[in-house]
Amino acid sequence: MTSLPQSTERKMGLVIDLDTCVGCHACVISCKGWNTENYGAPLSDTDAYGAEPSGSFLNRVHSFEIEPEDNSPAQIVHFPKSCLHCEDAPCVTVCPTGASYKRAEDGIVLVNEDACIGCGLCAWACPYGAREMDSAAGVMKKCTLCVDRIYNENLPEEDRVPACVRTCPAGARHFGDLGDRESAVSQLVTERGGFDLMPEMGTRPVNKYLPPRPKDRLNGAGPRSAPLASPSAGATDAQGFFAWLDRALEKI
Amino acid sequence: MHPAPSVIIFTVLSGAGFGYLAFLGLGLSLDTGFTAFWQFTLAFSMAVGGLISSTFHLGNPQRALLAFTQWRTSWLSREAWAAVATLLIAGFYAIGVIFFATRITSLGWLVAAMCIATVFVTSMIYAQMATVPRWNTVLTPIYFVAAALAAGAMLAGQGATAILLLLVLTLIQIACWLRGDRRFAERGHSIASATGLGTPGSIRLFEAPHSGSNYLLKEFGFQVARRHAVKLKVICIATLGMIPVLLIFLGGGIVSLILAFAFHLAGICVSRWLFFAEAEHVVQLYYGNAPAPLGT
Repeated sequence: MTSLPQSTERKMGLVIDLDTCVGCHACVISCKGWNTENYGAPLSDTDAYGAEPSGSFLNRVHSFEIEPEDNSPAQIVHFPKSCLHCEDAPCVTVCPTGASYKRAEDGIVLVNEDACIGCGLCAWACPYGAREMDSAAGVMKKCTLCVDRIYNENLPEEDRVPACVRTCPAGARHFGDLGDRESAVSQLVTERGGFDLMPEMGTRPVNKYLPPRPKDRLNGAGPRSAPLASPSAGATDAQGFFAWLDRALEKI
Repeated sequence: MHPAPSVIIFTVLSGAGFGYLAFLGLGLSLDTGFTAFWQFTLAFSMAVGGLISSTFHLGNPQRALLAFTQWRTSWLSREAWAAVATLLIAGFYAIGVIFFATRITSLGWLVAAMCIATVFVTSMIYAQMATVPRWNTVLTPIYFVAAALAAGAMLAGQGATAILLLLVLTLIQIACWLRGDRRFAERGHSIASATGLGTPGSIRLFEAPHSGSNYLLKEFGFQVARRHAVKLKVICIATLGMIPVLLIFLGGGIVSLILAFAFHLAGICVSRWLFFAEAEHVVQLYYGNAPAPLGT
């Protein structure tokens, strides 16, 4: 049923740390690997070895450059983006067949591919580009929050998190219940000032992003290409044995 | 947005078909017997042909019947119901007119009202999209209904009404373009709000997430229209409104009406192509493609 639940018991989701993400795309690959052989139709590729390769992915990493207005050095921010499992998910209510739904128990937004007619309206309604139509299967693909991993008792406990979280070598992705204020992910959001993407759309995303910390600056608000320390400067400031040696050599 | 031919044909044909059916419902220029049969055949085949065309862009059209289930929340599902209900009731009305030479006036009025309602519901599929600011305005349903009625008046041979509706449609069309160009900026979407980082002038895409294309870029990243937009708009206004108005005004009976409708149909196809091709989706912000700011 494409009516949204009034509220969900839990709000399972991701917290993505833009300060820590190194932009390695490992989450993209592990996501494709897990989800192409598990939930629903495989994530197909077209012209994979040809001139114009294209394929379905549930997670993509954009990279942005920020130039602070105070002339301090530019900053590169790697920006992974997947379904945000919105509380007011516009993709769910537009679905004419009931294929798209949001689960009342954990808030995960899923597609029942057996009922999907592939009209694409849900992808139109999503501001975040979180849904991609699979060109081979003709059904809509989206992040399932690895619903087939997180409750899977056949897996060791440390593997019961989404594939992207499990694989991230930088620890930039965190998984948990964002509806529980005491959870580690909720505390992380509070401590670091986690924010929503496109809050003006009124979608109330569950996933949060943690802002990059300000970059270290050599000379405060100095010139953009701050000169590095001059190579000879160290000797004059030497202390202890080297300072004595410095003075002794000076006297010879 | 990608201007899929199946969806352009759907909105143009079913709009004109339901517009014509509305005039037949009002009993304007409606005959009985064999003539009425052909009148209803034309209206039904345009409306139904459009609806069938709309299923061609589906990934799994064999499950299309499921689209009747979610009328509580989905405008697309409501559209399926509205179209089928209108065609059924219009079918009963047509049987009375064709075979019994009896026009049930109240049923006719109901048919007319339901035709307009169906076109309105179709337009809401687009107007509801908060992600496409250009569509997300009250002008979208007004434009769809006006286009359907103008086409209907021409097919029904209502010269004076057609001229009036064509002029109104032309004004609405120009209003849609003028307002549409401002919508994105008005709504305050920017790469900064999309990413939550920096300020609009200080952040830019450094590297796209993939070197090839994907569904999002094919569906939402259509750029071709912008290059020829001004020329196409001039052609659109001329063929959609001005030439048909002139042809009907100068008179000449059925031939000039058919010619006028042919021009109008071409014009409304251009208009609908621009409707899709010019529409900017907010997801493009993540790909560094913001619409040009106002005044450029």
